[in-house]
Amino acid sequence: MNELVFFFNQVVIGGVVLGSIYALGAVGITLIFGILRFAHFAHGDMMTLGGFITFILAAIVAGFGIAFPLPTGFVVLPLAMGIAAVLALGIDKGFYAPLRARGAKPVTLLIASIGVTMMIQGLIRLFFGSSTRSFFDGEPKKLIRIDLPFEGVTRPISFTEPQLLLVVLTAIAVIALHYFLTRSRLGKGMRAMADNADLARVSGINTRLVVRVTWVIAGALACMAGAMLALDVSLKPDLAFNILLPIFAAAIVGGLGHAYGAIAGGFLLGFAETLAVFNWAVLLRPFRAALPDWFEIPGSLALVQSEYKLTVAFIILVVVLLVRPTGIFKGAST
Amino acid sequence: MSLVELRNVQAGYGGAPILNGVDIAIDASDIGVIVGPNGAGKSTTLKAIFGLLKVSEGTVSFDGQEITNWEADRLVPLGLSFVPQEHNVFTSMTVHENFEMGAFTRRDDLSDSLEMVYEMFPDLKAKRRQNAGELSGGQRQMVAMGRALMSKPRLLMLDEPSAGLSPRYMMEIFEQVVKINKAGVGILMVEQNARQALAFASKGFVLASGQNRFTGTGRELLDDPDVAKSFLGG
Repeated sequence: MNELVFFFNQVVIGGVVLGSIYALGAVGITLIFGILRFAHFAHGDMMTLGGFITFILAAIVAGFGIAFPLPTGFVVLPLAMGIAAVLALGIDKGFYAPLRARGAKPVTLLIASIGVTMMIQGLIRLFFGSSTRSFFDGEPKKLIRIDLPFEGVTRPISFTEPQLLLVVLTAIAVIALHYFLTRSRLGKGMRAMADNADLARVSGINTRLVVRVTWVIAGALACMAGAMLALDVSLKPDLAFNILLPIFAAAIVGGLGHAYGAIAGGFLLGFAETLAVFNWAVLLRPFRAALPDWFEIPGSLALVQSEYKLTVAFIILVVVLLVRPTGIFKGAST
Repeated sequence: MSLVELRNVQAGYGGAPILNGVDIAIDASDIGVIVGPNGAGKSTTLKAIFGLLKVSEGTVSFDGQEITNWEADRLVPLGLSFVPQEHNVFTSMTVHENFEMGAFTRRDDLSDSLEMVYEMFPDLKAKRRQNAGELSGGQRQMVAMGRALMSKPRLLMLDEPSAGLSPRYMMEIFEQVVKINKAGVGILMVEQNARQALAFASKGFVLASGQNRFTGTGRELLDDPDVAKSFLGG
């Protein structure tokens, strides 16, 4: 039983946490793709930037000596998301909008977004250096333990307070996004534009407004994901650049342009990754007696070494593209 | 004063102009039909009115106001509505949501208009929660027309509404067009099925090479031996 709890802590909790981060990032990428038809490579660095904005705000608040029942990083998160949304609008206005106005092809915008990636990373390194920081230097990271009322179970289910908040906030964000896209006039207009941009224009939908709203949502969610990832692990300049590829894989697996697909793809990849790096030998050990004598349980029995966990995303991506080229949900194919 | 008036309109996609001086005038009581051979600039004329391509010369006016090169999100509230020939429904959205998108520029209560559209196309009422992409070609055309009517237009422009439809659906669409017109909405449509369309048109325009060739009532064009010989297949 202790081994099952270990499995739960490692795979289920780890998968939900990782899946939440992937899902929030992938939603932004898929929304931008649906509306503007290009792969926004700078999205990972918008996440990192969000992490740093949150860090600065948290440091300022902590400087005033104000203490909260929740980690300071989470308290300042809404404000950081607002700032990140404004920055996302600025990035669009400064770099992508002029290209669109000239009728640039999607690949041009993609290359421009790689430039934006380097610019954001460079600026972050310029101002903050390349060191790793923690949100929890000044306050403790609370560990939550739930003891199970079963005989012989000594290992508790355990997770940190940031992990719990991260999952709750992701759920709130996903539900809010769902209601926005299916109930609000502007949200439906966004879906209409992703479906058929020409017809959306003909219908009188203000497409410039839709583009702005897309950046606000994508920027805010990227900040949320980046800040929460930094709160869960630590903050560094290449925080989200390292997970950009699984995030893209999640968006593609879910069907590009499809918001729910991106969320499903994010959790699929999150769980796949934790399952693949899990040491399955742990679950075999209780059956030691039942196994033949010649069989020796290896010390490590993971499908993929954790250094190579990025490959998991790609294997899933390749398989999905072979079996269902438009993604799990039907997405835009172009 | 005409509801919509084009004067010597020249327009194109940046290269050589496709329209070389088109004149069209339609009243609110009119059903105007544009006919002509392929590449004559029929669809281009509608797109030029709707600001979907650049008018380089000439003027477009609506109800006395000049609207040359206005964007669609300003034209729709003014009372213009356009049904493109292809890709004219939001396939991943329900029939009902398609109608709501047609009324995007409106802030008032939509229930009257929705009721009217469902009354006009009773087939669609049962399918209102289905995605428009799952419907047949004829039903999609009805969704497209319903979507365009949701903005309460004063001028409805249709680009080949009968293209690819069975005769049954074609007649139904034409009947609805006449009914919409009787309710006080001016109609300007491009039609491949020229004879059927001119039969109920109050104004007909024959275009060729981006210019007016013949203009008259639908009846006059049908009876004109030159028009019949050159454009209606004898």
